Amino acid sequence: MSENKGPGGSFDERLKTARTRQGLDRPERPNDAASDAKTASSLGVGMRVGVELVSALIVATAIGWGLDRWLHTLPLFLVIFVLLGGVAGVMNVWRLVGPAPRT
Amino acid sequence: MAAAAADHAAPTIDALSQFKLEPLGFIGGAVNFTQANLLMVIGSALVLALLYYGSKPRAVVPGRLQAAAELAYDFTYNMAVEQIGPEGKRYFPFVFTLFFFVLMGNMLGLVPFSFTYTSHIAVTAALAILVIVIVTAVSLIEHGWNFFTYFFPSGAPVWLAPLIVPIEIISYLSRPVSLSIRLFANMVAGHVMFAVFAAFIVMMGSAGTFGIAAAIGPLAVNVVLMGFELLVAALQAYVFAILTCIYLHDAVHLH
Repeated sequence: MSENKGPGGSFDERLKTARTRQGLDRPERPNDAASDAKTASSLGVGMRVGVELVSALIVATAIGWGLDRWLHTLPLFLVIFVLLGGVAGVMNVWRLVGPAPRT
Repeated sequence: MAAAAADHAAPTIDALSQFKLEPLGFIGGAVNFTQANLLMVIGSALVLALLYYGSKPRAVVPGRLQAAAELAYDFTYNMAVEQIGPEGKRYFPFVFTLFFFVLMGNMLGLVPFSFTYTSHIAVTAALAILVIVIVTAVSLIEHGWNFFTYFFPSGAPVWLAPLIVPIEIISYLSRPVSLSIRLFANMVAGHVMFAVFAAFIVMMGSAGTFGIAAAIGPLAVNVVLMGFELLVAALQAYVFAILTCIYLHDAVHLH
């Protein structure tokens, strides 16, 4: 047994366990509050996924319908924007459940 | 909720009349001051009272009220700073106001005979539009015209722009919609469930001795549901606030 090795590993390890026992160190949280909100309940995640999909579609349909009404091209932009809305909805969901993109 | 269902002579499930706005009295009718507005005033007054009486003693060792006020302050402050970054201090008052207004709406709605103002999409949509206008204004002020690069991620091939830009714009505009629908739908769903199970109690209770014994079932469900709705009320207010913070983070940092 060398000098700086106690029974419970190195000095740093023993200090760490002692600090944790005394409540001096905050237990390390795996991620910040955003992922807490995500993992808070699977029901919540399911709800959010559904809402994200639907809301993108609502916005896209409204834009497409508005453009058609303005330009008198009724089915054209509605069709285009419903498709784009579906894509945007899937992208919203991907941002919600996918890996964090940056830093 | 339970009382509202019990008022009916015929045992029908009337789950939606609880969301009806009723102008209060003569003056209320003249200016359209409904019970929703009354609850908003009460909720705001409760938050102000908590902060005023909580910070009044200025004790080194806080009492219960002061501890609650400090907890509310610290919790929201940490949320704003952690999510937005050091700039979050500037937006903390906005996040705090939003969080506690929504929280009070959700919580006061669980008091019997009261009203949930966050169960109206007009209210939640107004809050969400406020959020998105402020977020857009912040990023326009911070970044000027660079804000519009937000709709075209760097590194994407330019010929994809006609596809990516509309999708990003739709995605951006769907934020207030999803923000408002999420809160409103959660609140409505919870209170409809209350009303439905409360109606079951009445319907079973009117079906003789066996029915009265069986009515314990929906009663127990409602008790459990109340605990669950307390969770949902806090969680949805938290989600509303944290999403506001995330959007503000995007606005301040742009990608």
